[in-house]
Amino acid sequence: MTQTILTIDDSRTMRDMLRMALVEAGFNVLQAEDGVHGLEVLQTAMPDVIVTDINMPKMDGFGVIEAVRKDPKYRRVPILVLTTESDAAKKMRAKEAGATGWIVKPFEPTKLIAAIRRVAA
Amino acid sequence: MTVDTMAAIRQTFFQECEEQLSEMEVGLLAMDEGNADSETVNAVFRAVHSIKGGAGAFKLTALVQFAHTFETALDLVRGGKLAPTPEVMKPMLRAADVLSDLVEASRDGREIDESSYASIAEDVKALTVIEGEAEEEEVIDFQPAVIDIGGPEVAPEPEGPKLHEYRIKFTPRPELYANANEASLIIRELSRLGQIEVNCDTSGVLDLDAVDPAGAYLSWDIKLNSEVPIESVREIFEFVDGEADINIETDGQPEVSAADIASLLALALGGNSTSETPAETAEAAPEMAKEPANEAASASSALTETPKNVAVQAQTTIRVEFDRVDRLINLVGELVINQAMLSQRVVEANFAGSSSVVIGLEELEQLTREIQESVMAIRAQPVKPLFQRMSRIVREVADATGKEVRLKTDGEATEVDKTVVERLAEPLTHMIRNAVDHGIETPEERVAAGKPPEGTVRLSAAHRSGRIVIEISDDGAGINRAKVRASAIKKGLISPDAQLSDSDIDNLLFLPGFSTAATISAISGRGVGMDVVKRSIQALGGRISISSRPGQGSTFSMSLPLTLAVLDGMAVSVAGQTLVVPLTAIVETLKPKNGELHGLGAEGRVMAIRNTFVPLIDVGTQLGFRDTPADPERSVAILVETGGGARNALLVDSIQDQRQVVIKSLETNYGTVAGIAAATILGDGRVALILDVDALVTGTFEDHLGESLRFGT
Repeated sequence: MTQTILTIDDSRTMRDMLRMALVEAGFNVLQAEDGVHGLEVLQTAMPDVIVTDINMPKMDGFGVIEAVRKDPKYRRVPILVLTTESDAAKKMRAKEAGATGWIVKPFEPTKLIAAIRRVAA
Repeated sequence: MTVDTMAAIRQTFFQECEEQLSEMEVGLLAMDEGNADSETVNAVFRAVHSIKGGAGAFKLTALVQFAHTFETALDLVRGGKLAPTPEVMKPMLRAADVLSDLVEASRDGREIDESSYASIAEDVKALTVIEGEAEEEEVIDFQPAVIDIGGPEVAPEPEGPKLHEYRIKFTPRPELYANANEASLIIRELSRLGQIEVNCDTSGVLDLDAVDPAGAYLSWDIKLNSEVPIESVREIFEFVDGEADINIETDGQPEVSAADIASLLALALGGNSTSETPAETAEAAPEMAKEPANEAASASSALTETPKNVAVQAQTTIRVEFDRVDRLINLVGELVINQAMLSQRVVEANFAGSSSVVIGLEELEQLTREIQESVMAIRAQPVKPLFQRMSRIVREVADATGKEVRLKTDGEATEVDKTVVERLAEPLTHMIRNAVDHGIETPEERVAAGKPPEGTVRLSAAHRSGRIVIEISDDGAGINRAKVRASAIKKGLISPDAQLSDSDIDNLLFLPGFSTAATISAISGRGVGMDVVKRSIQALGGRISISSRPGQGSTFSMSLPLTLAVLDGMAVSVAGQTLVVPLTAIVETLKPKNGELHGLGAEGRVMAIRNTFVPLIDVGTQLGFRDTPADPERSVAILVETGGGARNALLVDSIQDQRQVVIKSLETNYGTVAGIAAATILGDGRVALILDVDALVTGTFEDHLGESLRFGT
């Protein structure tokens, strides 16, 4: 069964890259432009993995993670955060909030897919 | 990914950069004005951060490096470690300019010599060195990304096919599950590395009554035979390092030491293990996993039960190529003409006003108009990006001339046709340069004149009666009329005894080749004078006027059409021809009486209108439609106002009606004709010429009153 990935990123460039890489790897892709939009998309969809940026307007990635983990319906959905640097503090904060893993930007598509496969059932 | 998709993403990236740069500029200017609230600073940071992120993916190294430096400084402001004082904002604003240049260069595939911006980079870097804090070694944590999909999922290791035996003890803690990791998935990934033997240790499982659904009770002993190096095995556990006890033993290597684990953790957490000592990291790691997972979870499988709706992303905008929009606009133009023709036929066919044909046609007319307006609106763009570019010009010129100038903008949301926005950039740039270079005085002069040392240039846009009015004003010294006059005389532009009003003198600035600056500066005096500015504005169907008060500053005011595709005009008849006079130029229409007309010189005539005399222009003879002047008593005079503010009366045979016409370029389809701005197609299919009122009036002055008064129009 085709798996669905929700990507949340305010950068159109990044959204395009994620979409291209994921579609090419055979995933369904949902996209949102910020945290608030991401949670809206979640109202009607159940992705297999959420990939979210951290620094976004309206609601940042930490906010997304916290909201998702609070909701019994979604708390088992793996969340990968996109970090531009391999920033230890940011990763730690993401982990504390409930992130499953991370992807370092700029990502190689193979690494992205590998990270998703590692957490997607 | 294919070359095509990469090219498309690249295009998106640069489009997005434009938006980010503009966001950054707005934010920085707000910060510069003292509005450094966290939302603003965050937006600026995010913009630079995004540019860096995208640039990294395209291996735009210079851009990445500079953005990184800039971002580091912004991050300090964001964290409250660096106050956005004027001293800090100045290099930041300059850095923004460099960043724009680098983006532009990257887009065009050019390279910018690093030395050209090295000093700004240094200035920004200097901001990041905060007193009392050790300077951190710059580590740009960017690996150039290889955008190529379809390679092997696990990179082949160059180490040769040596088979290792790994013995792994894997004991998840509750946090692992709380963060949606799955032990089974990790084992699945391990199994992809080679031959695997897994034993589940269930000794930790409690009685069912005592089981916490969010708890973790199982552990695994895994034997893996694989050719991959230990790093690849560790990588599988990358995400769960703080959430499980992991012990990896391999042949020849005894227990992995505590230090190894620490460095492994550091690697997983930060990549940069030099910045933290292993011991610190080892301490920090359990911290991170301390938060108890106290949610009452119904264990697994919630995932599969929920239907997966593939929602389409809700978007409020779409991107369309301009060619398509232009094609649509052209087609709608044709539609308007066609509809006008049809209306004319219906009128000629003498249908009754109540007939369904006439009523239906009226509806069609209404619809056509609405479609036209909607299509025009697609091309409308706010002047904001244009205005934003000007703040940079102000900064540069102010720096180069040692002046202190602040740009204040107003009405940035005002929308106008994209072409108008684009073609305004150059004249506006020139005028802004002029305002700073020639208008604003030096801080010393200003203080001496009792003004604040910092000058202000205002740039505003507003919609006014179907046109956009853009004003550039400065609070400088105003036009030095004596100097302008002297210069004009010296250059032979006016005769020494010419009687000129203040406004006449101000308008001398628009004469070709006029420049009052004693020495041509590198900033404004680039061989482009205000005459070129005026011509560019006129070419857009606009008018420009100037007003100035000594000691208080000058204002340039431009009025431009909102679109270049249609024009509201008055259709008039002259010698059997239909001509269109742009409505914006018309002040009023009059029926001349013989007593109101007076001869002036051999051929010139003036018309008395309420105690003033205005030059009378016989359109028929002026454009060569007939040789003998029209009889004013059987003609209509149209009082027009030119861009310079001067009034003239155009003599035509009769007025047909007022209508909106679709503009067809005469230059493109035929050639330039003096006195004619463009053409249109009438309802009966004939071509009608649209008058260029300014050119028509200026031409008259040249013919009848000589070169010396040309400016007066």
